[in-house]
Amino acid sequence: MKILVPVKRVVDFNVKVRVKPDGSGVDLDNVKMAMNPFDEIAVEEALRLKEAGQAEEIVVVSIGPAAAIDTIRTALAMGADRGILVRADQPVEPLGVAKALKAVVAKEEPTLVILGKQAIDDDCNQTGQMLAALLGWPQGTFASKVVIDGETVTVTREIDGGLETVRLTLPAVVTTDLRLNEPRYASLPNIMRSKKKPVDETTAEELGVDLAPRLQVLKVEAPPARGGGVRVASPAELVDKLKNEAGVL
Amino acid sequence: MKTLLVAEHDNRTLTEATARTLTAALEMGGDVDVLVAGKDCGKAAEAAAGLAGVSRVLTADADSLAHRLAEPLAALIVAMAGPYDALVAPATTFGKNVMPRVAALLDVAQVSDIIGVEGPDTFVRPIYAGNAIETVRSADAKKVVTVRGSAFAPAPAGGPAPIETVATEAASGDASTFVSAEIPELLRPELTSARIIISGGRAFQSAENFKAYLEPLADKLGAAIGASRAAVDAGYAANDLQVGQTGKVVAPELYIACGISGAIQHLAGMKDSRVIVAINKDPEAPIFQVADYGLVGDIFELLPELEKAL
Repeated sequence: MKILVPVKRVVDFNVKVRVKPDGSGVDLDNVKMAMNPFDEIAVEEALRLKEAGQAEEIVVVSIGPAAAIDTIRTALAMGADRGILVRADQPVEPLGVAKALKAVVAKEEPTLVILGKQAIDDDCNQTGQMLAALLGWPQGTFASKVVIDGETVTVTREIDGGLETVRLTLPAVVTTDLRLNEPRYASLPNIMRSKKKPVDETTAEELGVDLAPRLQVLKVEAPPARGGGVRVASPAELVDKLKNEAGVL
Repeated sequence: MKTLLVAEHDNRTLTEATARTLTAALEMGGDVDVLVAGKDCGKAAEAAAGLAGVSRVLTADADSLAHRLAEPLAALIVAMAGPYDALVAPATTFGKNVMPRVAALLDVAQVSDIIGVEGPDTFVRPIYAGNAIETVRSADAKKVVTVRGSAFAPAPAGGPAPIETVATEAASGDASTFVSAEIPELLRPELTSARIIISGGRAFQSAENFKAYLEPLADKLGAAIGASRAAVDAGYAANDLQVGQTGKVVAPELYIACGISGAIQHLAGMKDSRVIVAINKDPEAPIFQVADYGLVGDIFELLPELEKAL
């Protein structure tokens, strides 16, 4: 089978982002970017399925600016076979991305699409579910275990308070949770090799998809700063303050 | 303005997140109907009818809805969406699973995890793991919204509202089947809904120390145990305990960070806690910048003392 893995270029998770003074957004100039951590897990899972002989080809796709090709190359260096860049220079929303992915699915005809559960920039947690809806496919979100068995995929999902296992008829959409696997690092030889792997470029227009945002961002602010704290001298003083000053014990 | 709130429940009891979501739905204005979909879910419907501000409770009872899988439930919600201007659900794993599917089927954007309501179409939500707060306006005809429970108080008891049954023909399909659920009996409160969380970091040096020093304190406080990514990566704690940008985002009444330096990745997951306590031997640790109460010293000495002082 063929597996499609959508990946997103986001601010590196170690970067502390700054809100622009004019409230128009977050300052992304000269900020280190990287592959969304949940997408690394998605790539890794696809690679493991291929290594287990359950998939023949892994195609990675990213929707974003020209620089998103770096993110695709990272996935290729991890072991994916080829890439597709859907050029979009404006900010994109999950619904638009899901529509673009639907168009890519129509062309590539994968049996399984594996996405990260959410991107760490917009924190939406929508794209996988939306793609499944648009395709009319079943969804296995927040996966911590994925087992393919003939015509079905069995997904163990992380839900509040425990785990739930569902069986989905293929083709299906799966989104990854943190516990699914530990992504590999790309070795230097593989990074060199990845530069020769093919990456096709297309645009939303060519795919016939409207990426115009539906939500209007009125403002972006820094979160309220916390008031200055106090140092206490001993655990006994701490307990006293928590009981009598903060009232939380 | 009419809103449909999709209740989270286990056929018998309603989650607190649902009562908190009701508060947000009422702030949006207009009537709020609550959908209780499941199998033999009369008890949950009665619980929903007993919340103040609910106009009607709509019960959908079908085998296909027994486990509230996204596929049949989303189909049902879409079939019912006609008269509603807004569809809301708690931003729990339940709501996060179902609502984007609903939004896409209706061809509208979803507003995820809101922490404030500014109007019927304007919402406040955190982005970049809470390092920025955005205010967005939805131009879509129907608003699809998930609500962060910790940002809203639970709706009080009231009612009772009338309970009506709705048709469930839409909720069929067999592309997805429930196999099993594994919900361990928790000895401690669940991390994301706990009132108090005590968290440990790399300073514990071993999984044995992590257990030995944190568990007695957690038991005494009735607290959930959390961990930093460093503690999880070092194998001291299971990764479902991880608090942070790539783990769970929590906002308890009291968060006690022990031996955690306070990397942004961790702060992103806990800085909305009402009161933060930091216990760390490094007085320069960034965690002290967000802590309301700081205690400088060795956790291995201070934690047993703290347990005695409680």
